[in-house]
Amino acid sequence: MSVVEQTPKPYSRDWLLSDRPTSRHQARLGRAYVIWRRFSENRLALLGLGIILLLLLVAAFADVLAPHNPVQGDLMNARLLPPGSAGYWLGTDDQGRDILSRLIHGSRLTLMVIVLVAVIAAPIGLIVGTVSGYAGGWVDAILMRITDIFLAFPKLVLALALVAALGPGIENAILAIAVTSWPPYARIARAETLTFRNSEFISAVKLMGASPFRIVLRHVMPLCLSSLIVRVTLDMAGIILTAAGLGFLGLGAQPPLPEWGAMIASGRRFILDQWWVAAMPGFAILIVSLGFNLLGDGLRDALDPKEAGQ
Amino acid sequence: MTLTDTTAATRRKRSRSSFTGKAVLRFLVTVVTTFLGLLAVTFFIGRVIPIDPALAIVGDRAPAHVVERVREQLGLNLPLYQQFYFYVRDALTGNFGTSVLTTNPVMDDIRRVFPATMELATIGTIFGALFGIPLGVLAAVKRGSIADQIVRVVGLIGYSVPIFWLGLLSLVLFYAKLRWVAYPGRLDIVYEYTFTPITGFFLFDSLVQGQWDVFWDAFRHIILPGALLGYFSLAYISRMTRSFMLNELQQEYIVAARAKGLSETRIIWFHALRNAGVPLITVIALSYAGLLEGSVLTETIFSWPGLGLYITNSLQNADMNAVLGGTIVVGSVFIAINLLSDLLYRTLDPRTRSR
Repeated sequence: MSVVEQTPKPYSRDWLLSDRPTSRHQARLGRAYVIWRRFSENRLALLGLGIILLLLLVAAFADVLAPHNPVQGDLMNARLLPPGSAGYWLGTDDQGRDILSRLIHGSRLTLMVIVLVAVIAAPIGLIVGTVSGYAGGWVDAILMRITDIFLAFPKLVLALALVAALGPGIENAILAIAVTSWPPYARIARAETLTFRNSEFISAVKLMGASPFRIVLRHVMPLCLSSLIVRVTLDMAGIILTAAGLGFLGLGAQPPLPEWGAMIASGRRFILDQWWVAAMPGFAILIVSLGFNLLGDGLRDALDPKEAGQ
Repeated sequence: MTLTDTTAATRRKRSRSSFTGKAVLRFLVTVVTTFLGLLAVTFFIGRVIPIDPALAIVGDRAPAHVVERVREQLGLNLPLYQQFYFYVRDALTGNFGTSVLTTNPVMDDIRRVFPATMELATIGTIFGALFGIPLGVLAAVKRGSIADQIVRVVGLIGYSVPIFWLGLLSLVLFYAKLRWVAYPGRLDIVYEYTFTPITGFFLFDSLVQGQWDVFWDAFRHIILPGALLGYFSLAYISRMTRSFMLNELQQEYIVAARAKGLSETRIIWFHALRNAGVPLITVIALSYAGLLEGSVLTETIFSWPGLGLYITNSLQNADMNAVLGGTIVVGSVFIAINLLSDLLYRTLDPRTRSR
């Protein structure tokens, strides 16, 4: 009779931290738990996560949360009211629109920009990087040359020129930012691919007759994801800032859309006397991009303990 | 000396020279393809995306024969690869067409405004390195302390704040309220017509000519945008310095230096920082390139008559020749700095030479 080990209660701390998981499910949950514990030790990272969750909630419930119409203002009674006015916590702009309501609705535009840029740029980088790393040879040389060319460009200036040609608008701004932000992802995915390209599990899959297409799609790409996610999260702040910069120059979202960068531009005229019109959207941009930076930093430390504290 | 010795020596020498030859060739290929890539992208943006560049010039109400003539003048009836060939040839001779807004050749305009941007980026980089390196060293030495946390948060805010917004607010505070700095622009209107620049770097020019009042005025103009750009450079430089220093402080030679009884100050500033300095030079060069680009928004806020303001002004007026010319110049400088810093790193760090 063998010694029966006391199996810990499912989903308890011991069960999650067990070094002998009995199922794939348990192993995965255990890994996630360890990462979460490392992540949550970092108070700044938790703050970042809180900010992003708040942004998601605000964007989801914008219609309920916003006290006023974000597009139509009260020109008669509510022009350029200072912050703290009755009913207008953050003041109003030159068209009598509640700044708080505009910021709340603007969070949707911000989310839309970062989600779309990530959805366009990350897969491009992932495909280029993994294919280039796995195929090697000429394919690698050509793809990496193209990546390096794009990497050598100044991002903002290229995005400016692209939007100038495509015409102003939030869709074109998103496209321009996406076109300029995929190369780092390709580099990361390639570097990751190279580390396990010749490892045994790839040989095993190959031996079982998997096509290169299947190997890259099912076995290489999933392993590149975690470092890619960290990098995308860290890039979110830069994407927000670029989008805001384009909006500020009048090339992003067009009026009356409450895009934060465009709001700063419209408040520029009153900056000396009614500072809040331009100042408030800037605080929103600062807080959200700080949130993404903190979250990205924390994620990197949690997923890659080697780099922690560097 | 035997025969075999000499042949071995010559063979070794030849193999080394062919190694450097290969490296130079690879470097040249990188330069050429990157630059051609830049031109291909701007060509694509300027010629392929617009439905008809000729219509963009004459307007959609022009009679058909005018449109046709303009198309011929622009070479739009040629196949695309021939158009690209002429485009590259023009770009290599510095011909980016004529600016619609200023009616000057774009290259002349850029030559006029570029020193202003260089001056601003230089001041910003000096500011960033001057404060960023000590802060990074401090954070690395006192790792985990309050000081480390503060440096980290200051850096993260630098990464997260929209530069144009910070510029606007600092103008309100330091110009409008406190009157510490001068009005946006490079010089007061009094000096604008009496001062003759030599190099286009006003701080330098006024010093050389001994015009102290002009120097002081230029300084009062550049300090705010320079410090603002410097803050972004500081965020990047301090973060990288911290990471390099942490790496160096873990090395064994630090232990050896401590065992020898050297003072901690000496170890940190002379031993560790010196070794961290090699990659730091690359970082500073890259941040300089970043500031050239970052100046686009800063110059717009501070009415700084540099390349950034030129590009944004042209954008507002749909002056595509000027926009693309500016893009090519910024891109070329960017590429050049990237490659130079890479080259510098290889020369300075002996470990990278063998590869």
